[in-house]
Amino acid sequence: MAKPRVLVLRAPGTNCDQETAFAFELAGGCAERVHINRLLEQPDIVEQFEILCVPGGFSYGDDVAAGRILASQIRRHLWQTMADFKQAGKLILGICNGFQVLIKSGILLDEEQDQAAPATLTWNDSGRYEDRWVHLSADDSTCIFLRGIEQLYLPVAHAEGKFVPSSEEHLAQLATAGQLALRYKNPNGSGNGDVDFPANPNGSVDNVAGVCDSTGRVLGLMPHPERHIDPTHHPRWTREGLEPEGAGLAIFRNAIDFFS
Amino acid sequence: MTLWEVDIFTAPGQRDLAMEEIAGETDDLAPGSAATVSTAHGYLIQGTLARDEVEQLARELLSDTVVERTVVGELGEEHLNRLSGDDGQLVHVLLKPGVMDPVAESALQAMQDFKFDVDSVRTLRKYWFENADQEFIEQLCSQVLANDSIEQVVVGPLDLDQLDLGASYEFELQKVLLRELDDDQLEQLSQQGQLYLTLVEMQTIQSFFQQLGRDPTDVELETLAQTWSEHCSHKTLAGRIAYRDENGERHFENMLKETIFAATQEIRKALGEQDWCVSVFEDNAGIVRFDENYNVVFKVETHNHPSALEPYGGANTGIGGVIRDPLGTGLGAKPVCNTDVFCFAPPDTPMDELPPGVLHPRRVMKGVVSGVRDYGNRMGIPTVNGALYFDPRYLGNPLVYCGNVGIIPCEKSSKQTSPGDWVVTIGGRTGRDGIHGATFSSAELTSESETISGGAVQIGNAITEKMLMDVLLEARDRGLYSAVTDCGAGGFSSAVGEMGEHLGVEVDLEKAPLKYKGLSYTEIWISEAQERMVFSVPEQHWQEFYQLCHSEGVEATIIGRFVDSGRLVLRYEGQEVADLDMQFLHDGRPPVVREAFYEVPEVTPFQDDQLEGDAGQWLTSILGSLNVASKEWVIRQYDHEVQGGSVLKPLVGVNNDGPGDAAVVRPILSSRRGLVVSCGMNPYYGDLDTYHMAASAIDEALRNCVAVGANPDQIAILDNFCWGYTDRAETLGTLVRAALACYDMAVAMQTPFISGKDSLNNEFSYQDQDGDRQTISIPSTLLISALGQVDDVARCVTMDLKQAGNIVYQVGRTHDELGGSHLGLVTGCSGGHVPQVDPGISLATFRAIHQAICQGLIRSCHDLSEGGLAVAAAEMAFAGGLGIRMDIGALSEEVGERAALFAESNSRFLCEVAPPQVAAFEQAFEGLALTRVGEVVDDGQLSIEVAGRPLLLRSLDELKEAWQQPLRW
Repeated sequence: MAKPRVLVLRAPGTNCDQETAFAFELAGGCAERVHINRLLEQPDIVEQFEILCVPGGFSYGDDVAAGRILASQIRRHLWQTMADFKQAGKLILGICNGFQVLIKSGILLDEEQDQAAPATLTWNDSGRYEDRWVHLSADDSTCIFLRGIEQLYLPVAHAEGKFVPSSEEHLAQLATAGQLALRYKNPNGSGNGDVDFPANPNGSVDNVAGVCDSTGRVLGLMPHPERHIDPTHHPRWTREGLEPEGAGLAIFRNAIDFFS
Repeated sequence: MTLWEVDIFTAPGQRDLAMEEIAGETDDLAPGSAATVSTAHGYLIQGTLARDEVEQLARELLSDTVVERTVVGELGEEHLNRLSGDDGQLVHVLLKPGVMDPVAESALQAMQDFKFDVDSVRTLRKYWFENADQEFIEQLCSQVLANDSIEQVVVGPLDLDQLDLGASYEFELQKVLLRELDDDQLEQLSQQGQLYLTLVEMQTIQSFFQQLGRDPTDVELETLAQTWSEHCSHKTLAGRIAYRDENGERHFENMLKETIFAATQEIRKALGEQDWCVSVFEDNAGIVRFDENYNVVFKVETHNHPSALEPYGGANTGIGGVIRDPLGTGLGAKPVCNTDVFCFAPPDTPMDELPPGVLHPRRVMKGVVSGVRDYGNRMGIPTVNGALYFDPRYLGNPLVYCGNVGIIPCEKSSKQTSPGDWVVTIGGRTGRDGIHGATFSSAELTSESETISGGAVQIGNAITEKMLMDVLLEARDRGLYSAVTDCGAGGFSSAVGEMGEHLGVEVDLEKAPLKYKGLSYTEIWISEAQERMVFSVPEQHWQEFYQLCHSEGVEATIIGRFVDSGRLVLRYEGQEVADLDMQFLHDGRPPVVREAFYEVPEVTPFQDDQLEGDAGQWLTSILGSLNVASKEWVIRQYDHEVQGGSVLKPLVGVNNDGPGDAAVVRPILSSRRGLVVSCGMNPYYGDLDTYHMAASAIDEALRNCVAVGANPDQIAILDNFCWGYTDRAETLGTLVRAALACYDMAVAMQTPFISGKDSLNNEFSYQDQDGDRQTISIPSTLLISALGQVDDVARCVTMDLKQAGNIVYQVGRTHDELGGSHLGLVTGCSGGHVPQVDPGISLATFRAIHQAICQGLIRSCHDLSEGGLAVAAAEMAFAGGLGIRMDIGALSEEVGERAALFAESNSRFLCEVAPPQVAAFEQAFEGLALTRVGEVVDDGQLSIEVAGRPLLLRSLDELKEAWQQPLRW
């Protein structure tokens, strides 16, 4: 069977596109990096792909706010394209800046009629960019990308990754629907209850690190799975030994296997 | 046309981080003050827009409705000035007109995407003060909220009619009547015109034009000044120097060529067929071989003077500039990692001890770190290595070293401009920014620098450079150009001038895309606006090159043509404004001849009469001293894992927070081959002897590299000299002496220098309260950066202790070398012998370490540097969460307890070895100094004895806290 095709979207300032494409290839996919301008000129090129990934970086410099300008472009020009892509049973993954783009464009979470967003990602409580490794627990959700995954150890690297819902009701709805798919946890604990800095690196409400849509086919997450696909990515491989593969690879493999 | 304002506030119930930050700073400034501050940030939008359209922008683009609220109004409407009720004093902070405002540029484009009629945007910040007197507000504005060199403060309502910049420019050819001037007038012209040329140079230019029978135009004179500037030509170090020291006199025709370059040439010659250098001291960065497909390039630059005035912008454009060096090397290397080293005055310097015109070191440090962070992270280049040094003498003149490593296909490693190629500029537009940066960096800083040279200070726009990089690498792979170079100091003048040096070039200056109207032809030519690169594009590739750039939103413009004329010809709207002989431009500078001498200071014994306390207290103090203390606050702000090739991170150990010796990355994701980046620097040793300082810096850089697994026979190094005023013979003497050490060490260790840079005249002058002129000169500071390689990254070793029961060895010999040590620093003791290097022993030791690492005999390895054995042992222990029980009896017999623990003798390591490997390990070091000093234990303590007598016992928690606390900001 032909390899599933992955569109890795890049915009000015996207900077994790190459290693993300590499991760999809390693997982058995065929990845192509496509500039947003090509997609704006010819939206129907997405039809050639099974998976769309918005990778990490600083799209348009994160000027105004992280992911905002790319999100605005998608909302204004590619809304239908994305809706059709989802409708066709295909997969969308947003990593870090890609998560910020997906949540702010309205692709990830259903909005009410006035376009009021149910949640956002905003400035870390620390007020600054930080790169550190975090422990994650995956909720037993319907999310395709997280099938068979209970725990993950991945790096985060962002300034605006604090998950904030617009209200308690929205948070409860997302939780009930199993959409709060990934949470920061204490090294030996769970994602429920108090997880203090730095285990929860940004102050996210309810320790939310990743969110999926109601179908389970769209996932956005702040941590970088593509930065833990090789055994030597692990920050303590020199003391704990080399794993067979990095834990993050499973997310990419789940996506590819969905079409195999 | 209307001018709208959109203000954005934190929504009720959300944290206002900007306000919290200012509250913290206010507390530092005026403890106990009742003043409170409210904040907002906003946008000024000029265009033909209806209120509901602006409201739509506010809602859908400019704010986040979940966590923010907005206020919209036409500028001048009263509600924009009020917060609620009695709001206290309103203050606006705006970037000065013409200063790069990346957020405004992006916002403008995004607004145009809404199809609204918007023609200009500026950002602003607003503050409302309550319970604050006028004096306090002024102090806060100047010391916390705004920087005069790039920002303006408006107290009260904002009064603005329009955002447009620049007036139209009327061409008028400016001649400088140079031929008739006497010497005084020549010097005056050089000073007032900010040319910073010497009298002899001015006279040379004068007689050149006298022979031509005409006066120069202003742009001709500027071009000469820039090309002959210290920054661009390195005339002092590459000049004639008459040097004398205790060994007699030596005359250099070209000091750099006869020391540092010469070492590399000798090494390459000796290597013969095995030579792994590709291009050294030629291109924008040095190039060495990596594997059969790729070469690797490395360059480190400094950006000291701009960072002194505007730390954020200076560091921002410093890293932005050095990234363009690998991009402009050969046909363009892909940047794969950054290294950044900074020198500051102590951040706890009392505010009232600051000389006039000096920013507080804490502010400088925060600004520099944010500047590097925001640019490096946006470029998607991991910052994997760095260092921080503190000394009060960096007060008015901080040092900011930025470096970049790139990877380039072997066949793309050289370039060749041909006659007929277009001169093409791509990336950012040209504005008035950075005018006179090249000549300014050659001048000494004074308390008035800010007023005189404000134009030389800039803010970068990383995304413009990222876009440029994306198309450059694609165009390179498609073979669309014949040469490329970066537009750095000196702007087009330098870039185009260098590319056309061996040919000739004609440029039509009006074709350069401008940020705003009104630039004269001279300003266009010498502007140092950021994020620009110059290409030579063969005619047949121009269409494809242009299309590629256009498709990713990158502006590309033909501004001239390379021709086989040997002349630099500049035109503006068809009229010739310059016609210079390339040979005079590049080779006409009169040789600089300088005197240099070095007097060996008398060596006094380590003055320990004042020494109080015990070894445990000294160790704790050294761990908590700023140079040694944890730099986690800085490191975590840098993305050190982007590009997906991270192998050893800067922080290692059981809690990911121990101080790694060097970072390792895999630049090619499908390969197991790694690059190692490290550095060495010892400014304190320079106060004793710059020869041994340089030798020690080289040894330290190599040690760090070797400690993680780099092959000592394939390490390339860079030199970056930052010195004081080298017109003084004794100051230049200390530099020449350091360069001699560089030669000796490089040749003896077979370690080639592949590139380097110097920054001279790093001094700060001001008038003290009595009206006397005071000058602070920086300590002589040589940064050595090392680039090593490992065949298989899975062999790499980190410094954290791994397992109780393992044996700990000291590799290398300790000498009675406490001069310039951190023991001296924290106890206030002076004197002592400065650490020296025996390069033969050093190389043999490095090779033995490498051998042992390759055989898998070493579980952890740490180099011994600041604080000596005691600090290395403590760091390994708390990084690994395991204790060490050590007996230094054997070492102290030779040099005494104090030196055994705290001397900073070179070429030493501490290694952890598992019991089954002990025999093989000991064998690997046969003939070298190797001392079994103890074992790893699981009791959470560092215990040191001397032949069974307890000397030091400290818990790891206490040691680690001492080490982490000082810079835990």
